[in-house]
Amino acid sequence: MTGTGFMNTMEAVAINAAAFVITMVLFGLYVTWLGHNPLDVYYVLWLGSFARQISIESTLTNAAPLMLTALCTAIPARAGLLVIGGEGALVVGGVATVLVGVLLSGAPFLVGVTLMSLAGAIAGGLWIAFAGALRQYRGVNETISTLLLNYIAIAVMYHLITGPIRDWERVLKTSSWSIPEELRVGALPLVDVHWGLAVGIVTCLILYVVMRKTTFGFGVDVLGGNQRAAQMAGLPINKMVLICCFMGGAAAGLAGAFEVTAVHGFASESLVVGFGYAGILVAFLSRQNPAAIILMAIILGGVAASGGLLQRRFDLPDATTQVLQGLLFMVVLASNAAYGRLNIFQPAAWRTA
Amino acid sequence: MKPKMLSRRGFMRQGANLVAASAVASSLPGMVAAMGNVTVGFIYVGPRQDFGWNQAHWDAAQKIAAMDGISVVEQENVPETAEVEKVIQSMIELDGAKVIFGTSFGYWDSLKAMAVKYPDVLFTHIGAIWKEGDPTNVIGYRGYTEEAHYLCGIAAGRMSKTGKIGFIGSKPLYFIYNNANGFVLGARSVNPELTCNVVITGDWNNPVKEAETTNALIDQGCDVIIANVDSPKVSIETAEARGVYTCGYHSDLSSLAPNGFLTGAEWNWASGAEFVQAFLNDDPYPNLKRGGFREDMVALSPFGDAVPQEVRDEVMAAKQGFIDDTLQLYTGPLFDNQGNQILAEGEVKANSDTPFKLGIDWWVEGTIG
Repeated sequence: MTGTGFMNTMEAVAINAAAFVITMVLFGLYVTWLGHNPLDVYYVLWLGSFARQISIESTLTNAAPLMLTALCTAIPARAGLLVIGGEGALVVGGVATVLVGVLLSGAPFLVGVTLMSLAGAIAGGLWIAFAGALRQYRGVNETISTLLLNYIAIAVMYHLITGPIRDWERVLKTSSWSIPEELRVGALPLVDVHWGLAVGIVTCLILYVVMRKTTFGFGVDVLGGNQRAAQMAGLPINKMVLICCFMGGAAAGLAGAFEVTAVHGFASESLVVGFGYAGILVAFLSRQNPAAIILMAIILGGVAASGGLLQRRFDLPDATTQVLQGLLFMVVLASNAAYGRLNIFQPAAWRTA
Repeated sequence: MKPKMLSRRGFMRQGANLVAASAVASSLPGMVAAMGNVTVGFIYVGPRQDFGWNQAHWDAAQKIAAMDGISVVEQENVPETAEVEKVIQSMIELDGAKVIFGTSFGYWDSLKAMAVKYPDVLFTHIGAIWKEGDPTNVIGYRGYTEEAHYLCGIAAGRMSKTGKIGFIGSKPLYFIYNNANGFVLGARSVNPELTCNVVITGDWNNPVKEAETTNALIDQGCDVIIANVDSPKVSIETAEARGVYTCGYHSDLSSLAPNGFLTGAEWNWASGAEFVQAFLNDDPYPNLKRGGFREDMVALSPFGDAVPQEVRDEVMAAKQGFIDDTLQLYTGPLFDNQGNQILAEGEVKANSDTPFKLGIDWWVEGTIG
């Protein structure tokens, strides 16, 4: 077994590395067509994403929310659901964090932050679990429902921040009340990136263990592979779907909690900047593997971070970064077709005749 | 997008040989500094060619880039999240920027945080909300666009045949009230019978609603439309297609409506160049500045072909009035549209009376809506 597992890992690494190289070649052709030297562009991509402390910090800052929102798609996907509700779960989580944070004025730091994070996670979790329940008990397609729940979440937030919980002191930017200043989360030691990064990495690792090393995770894989077979095996599939949806939504809700506690201090339209949708991309690039999400989020975070420098150095439009992201996405998806076709990774190739 | 919008700035031109020679050598990051120039960074919340708010700042960036010894780096579509601080840091540490123009209101907290971290860098913000205790290397500045709206109003009042004009506002905020009031006061200064329908869309940016509102106003008989939204493009194009007059807002939008464009109320954010100069010369600079035509902080778009010379003269005379401070926007007797008297006969509010203007949450007489 170990041998096959190692082979599978090597296969994934080789295919993803090839996909990355092909993407870069295609992107190089694209910028050449725009009249730029691709080598300069590669250098600036590197400079803006990983070459300096500030570049790495930008990359990780961008990556932090993506790790958590990617889980919102990845975990339910293991049970066979296509959930795209990370944006909504993030927003709901952010709003819940604000509501709890405002009530907690005067609470000790650790208690306050823990309760706010829990509030964000539970709100996001219930939000996506609701979509899971609609699917299991009412036959509503979870992709459609989570997409629509995104709009509902955003509309609910706008309703709240323009009326019931609006901070009227902020004249030009419509926003909710702020959480107490003493409950704001600062930066990590050594790198100037907020704590959401550490929470994202730990959450990904925990969920990796849960999904890959436990009987529950194995059951979910069975369910994702074949629902009928899971039913035949007597697995509690409704419960498992709800738990997966809850965990995924909770992760996105946590992302919202940290946007509030570490970045903004309040809920506003700045929560709706597409972290949820970018997370879907990360989840697919990671092939729904929670540990791979960490790496993929960092790579996409790097693409976004260096996008700014590309704009500044070459006067390329902002959309150039999206071209690169889109290329990466398409090539990685296309490369899925290569799995199982490269003989070198098949046990048979190593069998002596 | 035009292929080469910006001249790719000086550093690319001058660095071209360098790049060719050293290809990927690590000389690239040093290029800006190597020129002995001062780098100024502009950060936009949206696309810089949005026919609106961001474009007004892009106009300023181009003017500042033309100054001697200044190169400009720009980044657009930067959301008001943790990303802003990273973009600022990246501009300072990788591009060597010494001055940062943060052109969106929501950048304020990030600008203040970065100002503490980089005391040698100057930061400007467009809200003019600096207060005692904030870092002294931050400047807030903002123009009185209501003065430019007053001039648009004069043109609108002269050109309107129906005696009804329309104002579309984004949010019920003090400067939208002021702009609408300026527009109506200007129009009624030349046609006291005129009325103005005001509609608030509730969004900074909602093209569908803006188009619907424009059509609705035209259906109600309004024949001059001005839209105070992030990008008035849709409203102006809709009005042009319906064959009515329009006035612009933010930047020069005359190209959008070759037939019906009258003039427009513009910011002059390039007035921030004086802060850059003062900062570089170690001269004192204000932390808070507001002003109108007198301080050269707002501007008027070029007149459209439809505007006859005598109207142009009348508008320019009023502009001179603002410059000379002989014309005041709010003078008594002044009533709001509910019939409440705001200013008594002979009572005059100075154009620079910011506290009065900040407190305005009423429409002047003649406003409907």
